[in-house]
Amino acid sequence: MTAMQSPVGKPLDRVDGPKKVTGQAQYAGEFDAPGLLYGSAVSSAIARGRILTLHTEAAENVPGVRLVLTHLNRPKMAGENDAYEDMDAADGAPFRPLYNDRVLYSGQPIALVVAEDLEIARHAVSLIEVEYDVESHETDLYAQLDRAHDAPAELPEARGNVDAALAKSDQTIDVEYRVPVEHHNPMEPHASTVMYFPDGSLLIYDKTQGTQNSQAYIEQIFGLEGQVRVRAPFVGGAFGSGLRPQYQLVLAVMASLTLKAPVRVTLTRQQMFTFGYRPRMSQRLRMGASADGKLQAIEHSVIGQTSRFEDFTEHVAEWSGMLYHCDNVALKYSLVPLDVYTPLDMRAPGATEGVYALESAMDELACAVGMDPVEFRLANYTDFNANEGKPYSSKELRACYAQGAARFDWNKRSAEPRSMREGHELIGMGMATGVWEAMQMPASAKAALCSDGTLRVSSATTDIGTGTYTVMTQIAAAAFGLPVERVEFRLGDSSFPKAPLQGGSFTVSSVGSAVQKACDALKEKIWEAARQLADSPLAQGAVDDLRFVDGRLQLGDSPEHGMALEDIVATCGPIEAEVDGKPGEAREKYATATHSAVFAEVRVDEALGTLRVVRIVSAVAAGRVVNPKTAGSQIQGGVIWGIGQALQEETLIDHKLGRYMNHNLAEYHIPVHADSPELDVIFVEEHDEIVNALGSKGVGEIGIVGVAAAIGNAVYHATGKRVRELPITLDKVL
Amino acid sequence: MNAITPPPGGNSHAVHLISLSINGKKHELEVRPWTTLLDLLRENLQMTGTKKGCDHGQCGACTVLVDGRRINSCLTLAVMHDGAELTTIEGLASEDALHPMQAAFVKHDAFQCGYCTPGQICSAVGLANEGRAHSSAEIREMMSGNLCRCGAYNNIHDAVQEALPVCRGEGTA
Repeated sequence: MTAMQSPVGKPLDRVDGPKKVTGQAQYAGEFDAPGLLYGSAVSSAIARGRILTLHTEAAENVPGVRLVLTHLNRPKMAGENDAYEDMDAADGAPFRPLYNDRVLYSGQPIALVVAEDLEIARHAVSLIEVEYDVESHETDLYAQLDRAHDAPAELPEARGNVDAALAKSDQTIDVEYRVPVEHHNPMEPHASTVMYFPDGSLLIYDKTQGTQNSQAYIEQIFGLEGQVRVRAPFVGGAFGSGLRPQYQLVLAVMASLTLKAPVRVTLTRQQMFTFGYRPRMSQRLRMGASADGKLQAIEHSVIGQTSRFEDFTEHVAEWSGMLYHCDNVALKYSLVPLDVYTPLDMRAPGATEGVYALESAMDELACAVGMDPVEFRLANYTDFNANEGKPYSSKELRACYAQGAARFDWNKRSAEPRSMREGHELIGMGMATGVWEAMQMPASAKAALCSDGTLRVSSATTDIGTGTYTVMTQIAAAAFGLPVERVEFRLGDSSFPKAPLQGGSFTVSSVGSAVQKACDALKEKIWEAARQLADSPLAQGAVDDLRFVDGRLQLGDSPEHGMALEDIVATCGPIEAEVDGKPGEAREKYATATHSAVFAEVRVDEALGTLRVVRIVSAVAAGRVVNPKTAGSQIQGGVIWGIGQALQEETLIDHKLGRYMNHNLAEYHIPVHADSPELDVIFVEEHDEIVNALGSKGVGEIGIVGVAAAIGNAVYHATGKRVRELPITLDKVL
Repeated sequence: MNAITPPPGGNSHAVHLISLSINGKKHELEVRPWTTLLDLLRENLQMTGTKKGCDHGQCGACTVLVDGRRINSCLTLAVMHDGAELTTIEGLASEDALHPMQAAFVKHDAFQCGYCTPGQICSAVGLANEGRAHSSAEIREMMSGNLCRCGAYNNIHDAVQEALPVCRGEGTA
């Protein structure tokens, strides 16, 4: 097969596209069953205390209501914390829905009404009255800083001497950046539909980023080993919200087990604010540079919020120790437990917040030194990750800066703040670096040549909008020299070969490598089978001579020494191969990361402070791009998220009530069509034979990282005002 | 739930008989006065192509066409639409071909997770029917009621811009 024919690297349309544009794609809350019952959750009105009495009689008396489930009548659940620890669990004691009378946060599910239809269930919820023993709560991070404790995170050791280096630096800054609570808000609310079978086994359609995570969790907490299958053929966005099993899953299973009937629980949009989120945090950066722009010291100190029951950590400060060359580095991380739910990984968790602070501070330091922000970063460039003491397997960040700056016309920017304007609008141009880890996880895959000649490949992974269906199809088709139409990739089923959670930008790296390996194993099996056939034209060849071309297996370039794949299976029967993949050993000597350079132009109305992003260029080095169309969409989406983070998103809490105030899509603002700027995505060439067999690093996270800093830096350039607390709303600019 | 269950509280809320044409097919339906058009589609008729993202008219995922015009089906009651012609995402494609707007969405990768997509497409087709959105800025403004958390906005814009003239019968752009 020649490189020209390979579908890898081609902008293939999504293979699941026709289903999505015709309404045929079915999501978790859309599977039906005869006698399906509907659950509607009751949310606590207080942030901390105890449930004294749940008055459920009125709800139970509504015709059509089948059950009101509370901590008093729920099915038996595991008593050990271990059972509740899922693949993305934080340190501590995971939340247990309806476990007892304790209220740990406002919005906590405290009952479930199950009824014959959705409207009856919701009506009955409104009839439930709750008496609480209210205890005082604490939800304000900045009022509780004295309770901060060290985060259970393995931060890199401090190196050099920050204080001494700062004292000797020609320019220093000491600044605090703050980020608010943000919620994932995928467009599809979380939902689980549980099908109950007479033998007590369950088939669950769940909104999840890990079918096997939900499966293992439900099996463990209800003692249902071997009786649970979880499917997620389509997931309506997640962005991290589906990394841990959410409470609608538990409630739906409880109701189904109790009533021995199929049950669906779908959360309301308001309830989408009653579990994980990006945590509020303070970040202090003390940095120093020499007069010629060399970084002398970085101290990055993070204080984030967490719940009372779990210590949630993410990689926030680490980036400050690895992105640039700096000999004196100290990274600190502490947590303040509050009467809130545990935070949860959300698109580029940690980097979205940490790199925002670092890259904003880098801009401040560049200004202090009097250097162009791109030049300042180049002056401190490194090919070595000093946190790990390893070189990068590849790092084409210089090309990102160069190509991004050229596309953006960065050289037309005048350095002085407030120096560019058009009419009543100030123009600002800012930039930032982005970085994300390029991870690989163990993953398995099965490849099968079916009797009709179709290549069917499967993995338990999901496609949360990332394009997994499509890129895995391309990888398998390329391995076999088949047109993509003859390849079917199946996913979203816990009974398929093992896959990691879909997160962290490691699906192509992990599952894609496993798919490639499974295809290689299948090729050998096909050859073994084919050469055994009577009068086989393939009998004489060696494995190195094998070619899979145009749906045929042949020796070298001679079609006469070959057979069509469908002819082989017609005789031998279907052939399949299943493999387990794991990260290559070559990775161990290297640090692996994805990088980007983000350039932003903003316009600020001088009188009104209204602010708009008009242009973004994102130049990304992510290794080999399997599908530039879907990968480009991932980056575009990440940039839109960065605009939301920079200018709009903030979940506001009323600390008197300990309760979110803007828990809906009218008041929790995310970017809309009219907010979307001119947006240029560049994938720079990056070759990497170490990161994994595909040379592909993944692109789900990198798109957002650095965007908010680039915008904030552009706002400073436009206005001369440094806003250090997100989101940058007009009141902060005026 | 196909059957109509008794109303909550035992009150004798009337069940209304309405006639609704959905994607060209006539339906005689018994609906309760509080059932939204969206819940009628998704829960009573199992037509789940129309999505529920917020149930408050804030996200646009439930957009359908009533007599050719865009409407948030979560904000309107089914009983108000006796005699109406309803078009949903399931009714746009012909037997053998996608609607030009659907084809443009696939071509421009104008979606990722796909959950807001039916609403985006119905909104765009509604704009064509209503003779609106004749510039890039107008497309962006008039599509702003349809949120896309995946952030596919620029690709949606390109798809809509390409397909609008075709939908209006003006030939290709």
